[in-house]
Amino acid sequence: MADIQVLVKELVNKYGTKREALIPILQGVVASERYLSSEAMIEIAKELDISAAEVYGTATFYSFLETVPRGKYVIRICRTIVCEMNGKKDVLKILEEILKIKVGETTMDKKFSLLETNCIGWCHQGPAMLINDEVYSQLTSDKVREIIQDYIRNK
Amino acid sequence: MAEKTLKKVDIIFAEYLVSPYKILEETIKRPKNEIIQEILDSGLRGRGGAGFPTGLKWKFGASAKAEPKYIVCNADEGEPGTFKDREILTKVPRKVFLGMGICAFVTGATKGILYLRAEYNYLIPSLNNELQIFHEKAKLLGLDFNITIFSGSGAYVCGEETALIESMEGKRGEPRNKPPFPVQSGYLGKPTIVNNVETFVSASMVCRIGAVEYKKLGTEDQSGSKLFSISGDTHKAGVYELELGMKVSEFVEEFGDGDTKAVQIGGVAGVCVPRKNFEATIIGQGSSSGGSTMVFNSTRSMYNVLHNYLEFFQEESCGQCTPCRVGCQQLLKGIEAIKAGTKPAEYLNQLMKLTETMKLTAKCGLGQSVGNSFNSIVTNFREEMIY
Amino acid sequence: MENLINLTIDGIDVQVERGKSILEAAKIANVRIPTLCHHDDLCVAGNCRVCVVEVIGRPRLEASCAVPAEDGMKVLTSTPKVRTARKDIVSLLVAEHNTQCTTCYRSTNCELQSLSAEYNIDNDDYISVLKPQKPIDKSSWSVEKDDSKCVRCQRCVRTCAELQHVNALTASGKGNHMKISTFLELPMNDVVCTNCGQCITHCPTGALTERRYYSDIWEAIGDPTKHVIINTAPSVRVGLGEMLGFPIGTRVTGKMVTALKKMGFDSVLDTDFTADLTIIEEGSEFLQRLEDALVHKKQVALPMLTSCSPGWVKFIEHMYPNHLDHLSTCKSPQQMFGALAKTYYAEKMGIKPENIVSVAGMPCAAKKFEANRPEMKSSGYQDVDCGLTTRELGHMIKQSGLDFTNLQESHFDSLMGESTGAAVIFGATGGVMEAALRTVYELITGRPVPFENLNIVPVRGLEGIKEASVKLENCLPKYSFLEGVEARFAVAHGLKNARIIMDQIAKGESPYHFIEVMACPGGCIGGGGQPIPTNNAIRRKRIEAIYAEDEGLAKRKSHDNEELKKLYQDFLKEPLGHKSHKLLHTKYRKRNRY
Ligand SMILES: Cc1cc2nc3c(=O)[nH]c(=O)nc-3n(C[C@H](O)[C@H](O)[C@H](O)COP(=O)(O)O)c2cc1C
Ligand code: SF4
Ligand code: SF4
Ligand code: SF4
Ligand code: SF4
Ligand code: FES
Repeated sequence: MADIQVLVKELVNKYGTKREALIPILQGVVASERYLSSEAMIEIAKELDISAAEVYGTATFYSFLETVPRGKYVIRICRTIVCEMNGKKDVLKILEEILKIKVGETTMDKKFSLLETNCIGWCHQGPAMLINDEVYSQLTSDKVREIIQDYIRNK
Repeated sequence: MAEKTLKKVDIIFAEYLVSPYKILEETIKRPKNEIIQEILDSGLRGRGGAGFPTGLKWKFGASAKAEPKYIVCNADEGEPGTFKDREILTKVPRKVFLGMGICAFVTGATKGILYLRAEYNYLIPSLNNELQIFHEKAKLLGLDFNITIFSGSGAYVCGEETALIESMEGKRGEPRNKPPFPVQSGYLGKPTIVNNVETFVSASMVCRIGAVEYKKLGTEDQSGSKLFSISGDTHKAGVYELELGMKVSEFVEEFGDGDTKAVQIGGVAGVCVPRKNFEATIIGQGSSSGGSTMVFNSTRSMYNVLHNYLEFFQEESCGQCTPCRVGCQQLLKGIEAIKAGTKPAEYLNQLMKLTETMKLTAKCGLGQSVGNSFNSIVTNFREEMIY
Repeated sequence: MENLINLTIDGIDVQVERGKSILEAAKIANVRIPTLCHHDDLCVAGNCRVCVVEVIGRPRLEASCAVPAEDGMKVLTSTPKVRTARKDIVSLLVAEHNTQCTTCYRSTNCELQSLSAEYNIDNDDYISVLKPQKPIDKSSWSVEKDDSKCVRCQRCVRTCAELQHVNALTASGKGNHMKISTFLELPMNDVVCTNCGQCITHCPTGALTERRYYSDIWEAIGDPTKHVIINTAPSVRVGLGEMLGFPIGTRVTGKMVTALKKMGFDSVLDTDFTADLTIIEEGSEFLQRLEDALVHKKQVALPMLTSCSPGWVKFIEHMYPNHLDHLSTCKSPQQMFGALAKTYYAEKMGIKPENIVSVAGMPCAAKKFEANRPEMKSSGYQDVDCGLTTRELGHMIKQSGLDFTNLQESHFDSLMGESTGAAVIFGATGGVMEAALRTVYELITGRPVPFENLNIVPVRGLEGIKEASVKLENCLPKYSFLEGVEARFAVAHGLKNARIIMDQIAKGESPYHFIEVMACPGGCIGGGGQPIPTNNAIRRKRIEAIYAEDEGLAKRKSHDNEELKKLYQDFLKEPLGHKSHKLLHTKYRKRNRY
């Protein structure tokens, strides 16, 4: 069995084959593969006995269920009003500078992807961003530099 | 209506004076009807935005016939400027599960689901620990109720209760036609009681202190205290528990930076109150009760604010219904065109009429409420839209 | 009765069953409410919001298709508030639309266009939010997908899911990015689409259309070196009239033949001829399978499944690739016709096969794909050069400027123009089974099938799966092995029902011997190439017309077809013979399941 089949099988054993299991399974694949490949979606469709189009249609509704390859660390910077007011643009510029990519892109070494996202619930400490599940708030240029350097060096 | 002045309260985050499990134990000794009546008497309304009377929802849930019944705690908290549910789940999750437990007891539900937005995934380990304790206690008390966590995947509209249910069923989060309402036919077609995180906590407070005590807080038509997520141009950003029924002017005095130009109440789905209306507007009245308050000072361009809102809406609309899907894009293009001078200023009137159509015809609360912020900003800051 | 409720619609009192929508109540009150995402065949979506009405006492307008009527409700369907809102909604759809009606295939038959006309939409009211154009997906032989014409009503998605259980289409993305797409937005030709064309007939606009080939045909007709022949399927003659101003369910057989001749087809022939042939071949194959199983104790796949619906064939190739041996090896009548046109017909008429252009006029979208299957070249040439839909034929007739209504009637040409009632009923669900039974029973017993007036009523009608059985008694000596056997038959139409049949087979629990399956609900009369709209009321009328044609014919059993007898005598020799195998039978292939 290919790796992806093994992974999907594991997730199916955990969550079942009913339609209600679909999103947890998709999340599981994204967590370990960083995105939903064509093969993964087909495998899931097979296990749940639904069409591949349904898997795709469902996945593309949700911004955290990526259908294009992403880096090991997905940076999602909040672009909603309060973070925007509090200097999100500058933070984003620094990120683009350090990582040498634009929003929507992934670094050559596949370590980072840079995305914008809507309100992440840290407005009182904006600008804020997520790196995978970790929250970083009250961002300043220096702080962002530090955080990213730490990821580059230590993770 | 007697007006109250702004008063900070400390109940929701208060230390566990009495152990929540003790309260659970005491409460489920009482007759179910009595508990429902207590909640009804308290005047408690849902804290998720729509403000539906909680007691009534529980009553419908209790009288629904089919089994199993589900209790869903809505922790999708996607409304921009709102972060109080996260704070609750971080600091006093036990009170949330207590509220869910009581709700399960009175409605006869056996399954509970906490729908947690993906952005709060980092809370899952600690919540699971809490749940383990909860399940042990519930078992001791003979309460057949099991709560699981369902993690969202990044879609604001999934906070809408029927979209949330679709999402839990493994589908695209497209809101359903109503009726049937979730209490009649919700998750997997079974009766489902959906409440906001804070609603569960408040309900448990009512059970602890009683409706009479609870009603002493707030005003006649808005009883109790509630959490406010405060952000923007303020030196005191954060979550505050305040008594309901305060004027915006009082609020601004406490939280503004001295130069407040406008306050957005109830998130982007709510209204924007300009300075001239601070005195006359009571927070939470007639508008969304989600508790988001964003403060803008005079350095802010209200055009930019509105532009940002509309970008949010056009992306976060589920896209299924015409007035909302196309309407949101239209409003955004429209203000851009006016700003760029390719459409005349009067075009704003046309756009405001469009928001009326959206309000009248959109399928769910998202599309219906886009006009709230649009109209209040365009009406009060018209020049900023044009020049 | 407590199950009935009373309400008023525009002041008119109506009584309806509890649970009916406001829209349904309005229909009873004879009040027309415009709709777009609603379709009688499909579940309620309530997403276009065109059907909004005012309900007294409610703050917002209600989508009448999605909101149940309630006792005492007062509904107003045409107030200024309602009209303004509807106009706004239609304007928004137009703002999102590639409004090129002048060059659009669905122009004059488009629900958005009618709404836009009805509400007098002004293009300048709103700014266009049409997405940057993606090229039209023309990858499939059958279905063309043009996203710029899509109103996102999701009728196609619901059709492919609810009626066909294929789910090749889905809504994808959200908000301003929401659209209709296939898996990974792959070309239609690369996904599990069966080409049934049901999404086309359920699409209100020009976003989904059949791929059109009729310009090629005009060209061929104009080419003096080409001998252009056309055969038309039974459902075409009961559907075509709808495109040319006749009431639904009118048979226009004679006028159609005249029109086609006048348009320049060198010979106008009848697919029914090869439908009769299909019955002989398929009936013989069925008997052969029974004999192999019962007498020679061979492993044969039973029940046998009909194979004349190419949408169905592609469905099983995708979805049940391990059960292809159940399919009859018979080609569809269209393909039998094509194979004979460039052999038997060419020989008899003394025309070089390479000069023949063989056209099929079909109620079907899938037959376009079928004509282009690489294996369909048994004559040495492409057997069928081109499959046209009923709609395309309607267009061609309009283009030709003929006064169709007043045309004289005429008969199909010969060779391969004769047919029987058994072939005519191929167009309706159950028809193939009925035709087969009329022949097979008589082959086995020497007596006509024991149903009054040859009408095998149990297999008729719009029930999703129908069953019939006959006890075989006093069999002719050759078929003595069937003595006493209770032969069981089933008929399924719409791929949703085909799936039920196939799941039984896959589990080894199918109680039947022979099953007819048609991909389209109602059979070919409801085919993906038929005039739009199609719904059950329309299907019933077309079906009635089909059975009326059968009833009126002198010959109603395939084996009575004289031209067919001659074909066997002069050319094929015998059913399932060497030539038959080469020309009339085919093989199937496994296709991608996802
Ligand atoms: C677009 C939209 C987003 C919503 N988001 C949330 C949310 O994040 N959290 C929430 O509790 N309710 C949200 N709601 C309200 C819910 O639909 C529902 O009314 C609420 O969860 C009921 O709980 P309550 O009665 O305790 O407020 C949202 C509604 C809409 C229309
Ligand atoms: S109003 Fe917006 S979010 Fe709600 S159903 Fe319509 S498109 Fe979806
Ligand atoms: S789909 Fe309809 S409205 Fe659109 S261009 Fe074609 S005819 Fe016109
Ligand atoms: S042609 Fe049939 S199978 Fe293909 S997408 Fe349309 S409805 Fe589905
Ligand atoms: S393709 Fe046609 S049926 Fe499908 S959503 Fe678009 S307009 Fe509706
Ligand atoms: S027809 Fe009712 S919403 Fe589309």
